[in-house]
Amino acid sequence: MAPLVPSQEELQRRRIIGINAETVTNIPSTDFPGHWPGESHGWAVDEFQKVCAQTFFRAITCAIEQILTICIEQNFQVEFHRNDQFEASFSLIGLDASVANAFRRILMAEIPTIAIEDVFIHNNTSVIQDEVLAQRLGLIPLKGSVEGINWMQWFKKATEEGGEEDGPCDFNTIVLHLDVECYKNEHAAKDEQDPRKLYTNAHVYAKDLLFTPVGRQEQYFVGDNVIAPVNPDILIAKLRPGQAIQMELHCQKGIGADHAKFSPVATASYRLLPDIKIERPILGDDAKKFAKCFPKGVIGLESVTSAEAAKRGSGYEGHAGEQKAVVKDAFSDTVSRECLRHDEFKDKVKLGRVRDHFIFNVESTGQFDSDVLFLEAVKVLKLKCNRWKRGLTDLMA
Amino acid sequence: MPESVHSQDPDQSMVDAEQPEQEVVSNDPILEERQIVVLPGATDTAASFQFEGEGHTMGNALRYAIMKNPAVEFCGYTIPHPSDAKMHVRIQTTDSTTALEALEKGFNDLMDLCDVVTEKFTSARDQFNEESGNRMEV
Repeated sequence: MAPLVPSQEELQRRRIIGINAETVTNIPSTDFPGHWPGESHGWAVDEFQKVCAQTFFRAITCAIEQILTICIEQNFQVEFHRNDQFEASFSLIGLDASVANAFRRILMAEIPTIAIEDVFIHNNTSVIQDEVLAQRLGLIPLKGSVEGINWMQWFKKATEEGGEEDGPCDFNTIVLHLDVECYKNEHAAKDEQDPRKLYTNAHVYAKDLLFTPVGRQEQYFVGDNVIAPVNPDILIAKLRPGQAIQMELHCQKGIGADHAKFSPVATASYRLLPDIKIERPILGDDAKKFAKCFPKGVIGLESVTSAEAAKRGSGYEGHAGEQKAVVKDAFSDTVSRECLRHDEFKDKVKLGRVRDHFIFNVESTGQFDSDVLFLEAVKVLKLKCNRWKRGLTDLMA
Repeated sequence: MPESVHSQDPDQSMVDAEQPEQEVVSNDPILEERQIVVLPGATDTAASFQFEGEGHTMGNALRYAIMKNPAVEFCGYTIPHPSDAKMHVRIQTTDSTTALEALEKGFNDLMDLCDVVTEKFTSARDQFNEESGNRMEV
């Protein structure tokens, strides 16, 4: 028996999570085999991969788009909203929350990056204590040749059960030096008050960290690709004449799960696409008040056309020329539910979110570009699967 | 374990394996020397697997992939104790397959999904970059 295929309206209904004044409805995903009698819902990668006509016609007209938006079910789509080095925003459509969440979690905690791990303090006569200074240094995001960073390996540490520690090598440790001393500026004006002019090196910045390539690092980290702080102007310490800091910093590869300094993102989050349905006409002053319940641009005002007013049962009879509220841009909504607090709108509007439309926002700290980070996250998930799958062969033997 | 499972496994020694995609991560201490344990009480079609050092990231995604398999009657995951880095996956299947096969299929499906995501993400990004590049020139 061929599996039942639910109607497009039904599929669309299942995609929307209802958001009421005090409750949410239709929460869990139901696209599993056995949930809906007679329907298939089994995993089919070709279905998931299928390119929907919508992508081709997106630009044509709003009306067509609305029809075509309905024709998506299991296939997966990506839409970009923004793609900068430090921030990328994109929609993943047709994914399950569990997978989207895996990507988000991997972005924050499991993509390897380089950060300062060991600090050897030769001299520190500044007012900042050694351990506080070391902690501050660890949090400075570093950048450098991506190829080189990928070439670097993990620094194996001795564990409680024993095991030998790797010594620092060119493939597991990057060495930075910080060597600054503060002294009086002879040329400063007599009545100068600004310590930065009065003294040399009164402020120690991230740009004072100097990279010393070792061995094969010279091939990778050259020219623009040297290891350097992403932001050169991070203030590390303040000094006064006679004070000095001399230290050697060892950077290693690590992941955010171990320490937040290894996290490659400032934020990585997603939200579900808001959905607003105006079920009965909202007209005149009510429409204006309704628009004010939402962020700017979400609700627009349009005049009721004579054709609409002529249509019986539309709710517009006799209101030709009046302003009516229409949904212009649900994407920008915050789903604050403000409109549901007003009795006049309560039964006229239905708020919701689209279950499988994830609007991701990824802000990189600078070691990788934001879009590359997402691709890395996907790669990490695949790598994990592969590794565990290989472990299965032991069970089968 | 059933013979069919074993025979499906390609003979590793016969394959001239390509270098792993990422040599770098190959000595990842986080993924190394971790194993899957089958918890006591397992039968062919119903088993619980313990993953060491795994959390919700893999757990929930894997649960989803396994639940998508029509031959799976039940699949769930749990982290029995928050300070124990262990994740359990329970799989119960119909007679047409085994829990182990379902687990392997789960991994395969998840990897296929990752491939599609990468492919579509890359093309959407390239298209977006091209379009926004054009816009800047105008």
